[in-house]
Amino acid sequence: MTDAPLSNSFLKNQTPDSDWYNRRIIGLICFVIPGFVFLLLRLFYLQIIDGENFRRLSENNCIRLQSIDPPRGLITDRNGQLLVDNRPSYDLSIVVKDARPLETSLRYLSQYTRIPLELLWGEVEKSHNQPSFKPVLLKQDIERDVLAALEVKRFDLPGTVVDVRLRRLYVKSQSAAHVIGYVGEISSDELKSGKYAGYKRGDLIGKSGIEKSFENYLRGERGGHQIEVNVTGQLVRVLRTVDAVPGNNIFLSVDLNLQKKAEDLLSDVTGAIVAMDPATGHILAMASSPSYDPNMFVDGFSRDQWETLVRNPLYPLQNKAIQAEYPPASTYKIITAMAGLEEGVVDEKTTLICPGFYKFADREYRCWKKGGHGSVNVGRAIAESCDVFFYQVGLRLGVDRLASYAKATGLGAQTGIQLEQESIGLIPTAAWKKRRMGVAWQGGETLSVSIGQGYDLATPLQLATMISSIANGGTRVTPLVAMKIQNASGETIKEYFPEIKGYLPISPKNLDIIKKGLWEVVNGKSGTGRIANIAGIEISGKTGTAQVFSRKTDSENEARRSQHLKSHAWFVAYAPSVNSKIAVSVLVEHGEHGASAAGPIASELIRAYLSKNDK
Amino acid sequence: MFDRRLVQNFDWMLLIITLLLVVSGLITLYSAARAGLEITQSFYFKQLMWYGFGFVIMIATCLISYKQLDQYAYSAYAVCIFLLVAVLLVGKMVAGSKRWLVFGPVSLQPSELAKVAVILVLARYYSRTASIKGMRLRDLVIPMLLIVVPFFLIVKQPDLGTAVMILLIAATLTVFIKIEKRAMIAIVSFGTFAIPVIWLLLKGYQKQRILTFLEPDRDPLGAGYHIIQSKIAIGSGMLSGKGFLKGTQNALSFLPEHHTDFIFSVLAEDWGFIGSATVLFTFLMFIVWSLNIAHGCRDPFGALLAVGITALIGWEVFINIGMVMGLIPVVGIPLPFISYGGSAILSMMLCMGILMNISMRKYQIE
Repeated sequence: MTDAPLSNSFLKNQTPDSDWYNRRIIGLICFVIPGFVFLLLRLFYLQIIDGENFRRLSENNCIRLQSIDPPRGLITDRNGQLLVDNRPSYDLSIVVKDARPLETSLRYLSQYTRIPLELLWGEVEKSHNQPSFKPVLLKQDIERDVLAALEVKRFDLPGTVVDVRLRRLYVKSQSAAHVIGYVGEISSDELKSGKYAGYKRGDLIGKSGIEKSFENYLRGERGGHQIEVNVTGQLVRVLRTVDAVPGNNIFLSVDLNLQKKAEDLLSDVTGAIVAMDPATGHILAMASSPSYDPNMFVDGFSRDQWETLVRNPLYPLQNKAIQAEYPPASTYKIITAMAGLEEGVVDEKTTLICPGFYKFADREYRCWKKGGHGSVNVGRAIAESCDVFFYQVGLRLGVDRLASYAKATGLGAQTGIQLEQESIGLIPTAAWKKRRMGVAWQGGETLSVSIGQGYDLATPLQLATMISSIANGGTRVTPLVAMKIQNASGETIKEYFPEIKGYLPISPKNLDIIKKGLWEVVNGKSGTGRIANIAGIEISGKTGTAQVFSRKTDSENEARRSQHLKSHAWFVAYAPSVNSKIAVSVLVEHGEHGASAAGPIASELIRAYLSKNDK
Repeated sequence: MFDRRLVQNFDWMLLIITLLLVVSGLITLYSAARAGLEITQSFYFKQLMWYGFGFVIMIATCLISYKQLDQYAYSAYAVCIFLLVAVLLVGKMVAGSKRWLVFGPVSLQPSELAKVAVILVLARYYSRTASIKGMRLRDLVIPMLLIVVPFFLIVKQPDLGTAVMILLIAATLTVFIKIEKRAMIAIVSFGTFAIPVIWLLLKGYQKQRILTFLEPDRDPLGAGYHIIQSKIAIGSGMLSGKGFLKGTQNALSFLPEHHTDFIFSVLAEDWGFIGSATVLFTFLMFIVWSLNIAHGCRDPFGALLAVGITALIGWEVFINIGMVMGLIPVVGIPLPFISYGGSAILSMMLCMGILMNISMRKYQIE
């Protein structure tokens, strides 16, 4: 096999021979030797000529790094009202190598800080693995009076270091806590995940909400000093400094006044409110009740506090507006009506009879109104929330056609809001059930899903975006909670503009029919949402009462006695009915009736927003 | 079959130089590993085990004639490319880069083996196409393709140091085999044109990274600080060193990566100019000796293999020692035989096996 190339090369008659190779090898050596001489000269310079100097530097170990944490970006509401700030905190550390004798220093410190000596020793022993010139953190956020005492006794306490660190301050404590989120120390798993390049142990990162999803904008860039210290670790001079770059400030679309109003309205109940601008998708308020104080994550929990928080059956840490899923109940009739009209299974004039129940496969499916609605068309069916009408529309459509409209509206998928851990809800199809449960879809189940019960699930945010797209004439917009980002010197570096996700699959004519029905809900004589009617503002909306317990069971009445099993109350609405400025979705857990529990909350919130804007 | 001359021609000199380097490496690693945590102490024993395994590989490589390697060059190359792709897909993420494939308790760094594979394919290709007039541009298309694939796969990890090594080895072999004047002019002028264009296309932070790479002082809290500490460690060794295990920079963990990239600083601090110049001289002896092997080999493939291996080790020594002394940009390249690292040891010992093989068979020309 070596022959082939040789003969080939012989043709060219210029194949190099051994001598040719050898000459080139000798040429190579001529490059290697000067290279090594160069290294040797450098070695000679460092170790012999300048060696004395380096020996002195090494004996003191005197060049160290001191990091400067960047101030984290601030968070404000849409009008620039401060929601999240930074405050200085004083952290006490000790450099074991410089604290001579360590025991005396610790005893003094224990006296001044009123921390038991054993605890201080414990902290020191915990870090026996790290080099002795590295400070050991003894206590974060010491009180002012302790700080003053330490400053006075400074010279009796060699090796003691007090660092000023910025800590997060959630100015409005519980307000908008779920949207803002909180920061916490980076965990080992997060460090290992590779998502947090450039972070080190002990760094604070956003753990939820805006703090998490905008971590990259908020964090800023760490700076530091290269310093020379003397034998006792005291600073001699700063050699080089790299300034920290502060994080960027985030403007939320939330209106703090409306947010507070929403939280007040929810103060006695469990539930969630989402209010958005239907034209732009900007979230005006997002409240989830009960709430929590994110400052607790900064100051540290006692074991009891933590237990109370995580064991609370009402899940205060959960953002119910985007993470909790509920049956959409009668609010879903908007979708069923849309699908029915568009698919032509009913039209504006089609009337169906509601005797108070619908018989299907030998079973009676009841309407909420025992006596029945009589003969109803689609407009009245929406206004009075006639179950029997929509049972029949649903049956004519079939589950899959109905589901395709729900999905085209954005249900059963994340809305894409700039917050993490958003739930997707559930819009069932026949194939889904077969896959998931292994059994075929039952006709009776179509009845349930056509009035938003059964397997149907949606989050308050999903229903807010659904009603927004009805309100704005059929455009689906992505909900936005962060509006713009500014750097520390006030220049806008990023703006989030309304983003059109698509359009509702509905003709303007059919949309009008539905909007009319929604107007009747609040303003009609026998609308189910009349309770939300307030003077001076035209509101359109839809009530919903989501059963926690299926109506089929006999134990329903018994169940009602227990708060636990009461139905959830929904109200989705927009106002003014024409040129809407605000769309809201209100859910009250176990509020029993959509109209009475959620309706007044929605109308009160709308009134607060529109009357303020009129001024 | 068995040729007595093989034993007679065994290259004792090469073995002795290798052993000298390995032993000084183990001594230094012992000193480096004593600092810090228990994990680093285990490095020493792991290194011993890798060397045990490495010697087996070296002996095994001696047994088959290196001429067989000519046949398997492309297969070996293909396996390496496959491993490099696998690293990107299923590799272990450590400190922001994916370099390791994990097989149970053993992790392998395929980029180390890729260096040897590139030497093999280039030696094979050039041994067949070499001409006194030098390579024409069109002769260089295939070598360029052979280099570019592993280069980008390694840049993607990202492991800039190893990627640059591949370029340097390839460039050395290519210049060694001679490039036609016109081709040379074309390459140089393309380079001078392309570099500013690429610079303009880079993003701000990428430019920043390259500038820091060229001038560590721009990053006084990172690379710049490491270099200062490394220089203090080396310089403070003075003439005769602080003594074995007496280095303070190392002991107090001022030195970053003291068991891998900065191990020469540990050595220089403990043993001073006498020790570090001796190691430097041993490396020089090694390079001259392996070029001597290339010189003695009358078969182009063998000569090119030996030159390629010398280029690999020579560049690594030059760049690593230059870096820790603050002469060359900070780049993660280990010091051959001395630095901690299993994959590097395996590829080094594989290279030693090939060199010995060439040396033993120099009279065996049919």
